[in-house]
Amino acid sequence: MQPYDYIEIRVPAKVQYVGVARLAISGLASRLGFTYDEIEDLKIASSEAITNAVQHAYKVDEEGEVVVGCALFKDKLEVMVADHGKSFDFEETKKRVGPYNDQEEVQFLREGGLGLYLMETLMDEVKVHNEEGVTVFMTKYLGGERGDEDAERTITS
Amino acid sequence: MNLQVELLEENSVQRFKIVGEIDAFTAPKLKEKLAAVEKVVGMQAEVDLSEVGYMDSTGLGVFVGFYKAVKANEGHVKIIGVNKRLKRLFEITGLEQVMDIVMEESRDADATV
Repeated sequence: MQPYDYIEIRVPAKVQYVGVARLAISGLASRLGFTYDEIEDLKIASSEAITNAVQHAYKVDEEGEVVVGCALFKDKLEVMVADHGKSFDFEETKKRVGPYNDQEEVQFLREGGLGLYLMETLMDEVKVHNEEGVTVFMTKYLGGERGDEDAERTITS
Repeated sequence: MNLQVELLEENSVQRFKIVGEIDAFTAPKLKEKLAAVEKVVGMQAEVDLSEVGYMDSTGLGVFVGFYKAVKANEGHVKIIGVNKRLKRLFEITGLEQVMDIVMEESRDADATV
């Protein structure tokens, strides 16, 4: 197994801390040398996962906590987000999320429910474990599949 | 991580200037501000996102809700000042096919969608 640095952030399951965790992840991604666009992708995907966790955890226990674990590898960043609250069925949830299309009547546009879809679109890999709460694992590779060729690497000094 | 919403009326167009980050924390405030006027019949609304530094699905949800409510009241919502990052978000969710979205006036020649 490759060596990696591990950073864990634990925040109360409250929406005001989503942005705090997002900033921390942005900082870590910058350290790894992700591009500006990749960092923005990571910020959105992580926030979606943390927002879900906060909402699920909060329903069960107002004192809940959300754990965000970040593993920094040479060539990738893994972000793990765990609530210990109410679970959702990944396959079931997956069926209900996806892109909108113009064939749909505007009245049927779904509000919310896009979180999982965005995670899958913005990250290279997304896995969900559903035991004792929900745990989302997401991976983004450096110079990944969607890397913009004209984008410059951020400074990693 | 604050959010400000200013409402300006110009030639019977209601223009909302949104400044800050839109996420799970700030979205309820945005939703509330928009909901205050969404029932006005035949409203022409513009939502200016040029000063929005971050947005995720919570923001998209608010705009979809606003768009639906205004449309149901025979009005129209135009989203303006959309930068490259935000455009990507509207693109990958397919919302740009449905909503009236105008790119920020800069570089891109194909600014209007």
